[in-house]
Amino acid sequence: MTNGQPGLELESVTKHFGGLHAVEDVNLRLNLGERRGILGPNGAGKTTLFHLITGVLPLTSGRIRLFGQDVSGWPTHKRVALGMARTFQITSLFPKLTVLENVLLAVQGLRKMKMVMLKPLSRYKDVYEKAEKLLSDVNFWHLRDQEVRNLSHGEQRQLEIVLALASDPKVLLLDEPSAGLATGESHEMADFLKSLDPEIAILLIEHDLDVIFEVVSHISVLHYGEVLAEGPSDDIRNDPRVQEIYLGKAE
Amino acid sequence: MVENLAEKKRVLIVLGVFVALGVVTPFLDLFMQSLVTEILVFGILAMSLDLLLGFTGLASLGHAAYFGVASYTTAIIMTKEDWTWTFAAFQWADSLGLGLFYIFIFALVVALAFAAFFGFLAIRAVGVYFLMITLSLAMVIWGLAYRWSAVTEGDNGINVLGRPSLFGISLESEIPFFYFTLAVFLICLGLMYMFVRSPFGKTLVGIREREERMQMLGYNIWLHKYLAFIIAGVFSGVAGVMWTLFNLFVSPPDIELITSAEALFMVALGGPATLVGPVIGSAIIRSLQQFISIYVERWPLILGAIYIITIMLGRLYGVEGILGLFGKFRKPAAPPEAPEG
Repeated sequence: MTNGQPGLELESVTKHFGGLHAVEDVNLRLNLGERRGILGPNGAGKTTLFHLITGVLPLTSGRIRLFGQDVSGWPTHKRVALGMARTFQITSLFPKLTVLENVLLAVQGLRKMKMVMLKPLSRYKDVYEKAEKLLSDVNFWHLRDQEVRNLSHGEQRQLEIVLALASDPKVLLLDEPSAGLATGESHEMADFLKSLDPEIAILLIEHDLDVIFEVVSHISVLHYGEVLAEGPSDDIRNDPRVQEIYLGKAE
Repeated sequence: MVENLAEKKRVLIVLGVFVALGVVTPFLDLFMQSLVTEILVFGILAMSLDLLLGFTGLASLGHAAYFGVASYTTAIIMTKEDWTWTFAAFQWADSLGLGLFYIFIFALVVALAFAAFFGFLAIRAVGVYFLMITLSLAMVIWGLAYRWSAVTEGDNGINVLGRPSLFGISLESEIPFFYFTLAVFLICLGLMYMFVRSPFGKTLVGIREREERMQMLGYNIWLHKYLAFIIAGVFSGVAGVMWTLFNLFVSPPDIELITSAEALFMVALGGPATLVGPVIGSAIIRSLQQFISIYVERWPLILGAIYIITIMLGRLYGVEGILGLFGKFRKPAAPPEAPEG
């Protein structure tokens, strides 16, 4: 019902680090419920683009709109509060805390009770219930008391996404969710991503082509910070320029 | 559930220790009574720093600043007879038996104001820059104490002639003052314990562990750190008030860099992020200072040795501080993780 409305819009987004043009005039639109991928070789500016969208880095020029609102100058936590979440290419969890504690921190992130100082967190049953549901959905409930650093890499990659889902985002940015996974695990990750609520719009950076073609319907190809091609996945797969710069030349 | 039981057991053990302390201390000699009281006062300071260092991961080298402004404020409002307004107010409150409340409120508001201002300047910085800024801000306070002699009596320090009574109960002798200190200490411990278990307290641990993720989860990192800094500053102020009431004298050396550094040692030695660990650190450091300094002039060498041994053993067993080592030796090590099939 909400599909077709803009979730995330980038207008001429540009980022220069001194003389380095990391991201140059990128235009992109992600509608609610849409699944879009960003493809590009290392150094193409994919992660920088995520930093710009989330407000970790300031824009050099251009404009970012979230659900129609101009958020270009906003700090990260305000953008997140509108309904955006993000995962990291390099697993970015709380390694010394337990799985449950990780998820609890994620669940309370957008709730006002996060500022309460003299009432124990354990009294907030609704926060615990939400955490339990999130963990049960991915069959992690039995791991809840494990410290995160003791989980396998694959489990950590999945928990990375669970944390992002805790705030019920409407726009989800995934930075190489299958980074470092074995082939079998990559397939599981793709299945997991496909099983997510179809209402959630996803912008997916991915190196694993099997994963990206399986999950998204549209792809933007980034090359030296610029959008080289954009379109439905199949067109991109067959685009000779894309094949040349990213997939390698045909033998 | 199991975790809850273990936690309850820990709380009972800690309470038991302090009840025992309350029972035993009156039978000790005056020197020991005074030492125990001093340990509790610096225990409050060390716990307050633990909120920053242990829980939030902010190493402040200027935590004595808020201790200092509160202890000086206490001394000044009790002695400055020519400041008619504050002195009259204090005397009036004292005549109602509320002198201590007046002192605490006044001094803690001053400590809060300084922590709010200094925190505003310092929180943006990270790591060693944060350390340097907090250090230099604390040096400003020391400089004021040392140079602004019209208010602080400079080098001479301020002598306080007696303690206000509490609801008509005199705190002049050692035993009542010890119990008063124990009560203040336990209130602080209780409040800080509730604080670190609260949703807000948990966010601080998250910030310590991974700031960028916390930001991405919707937390305003700056605000959380800033509030933690102010709260730690106020508790440091409580220790400062208690110090002046205990010592009945405050002078610039009480609040200089050494005090800040000592508080850091107490936290690191006892065990960061444990609250009671830093109190153990306070007990060790203050006892060494009082006992061994009688026999060995260079007692800091012994302190240094203890510190190095604790850190090295901690590294060896992958734990932090004396409390961490204690926990390690008490229960057998967890079985190693089964390798992923």
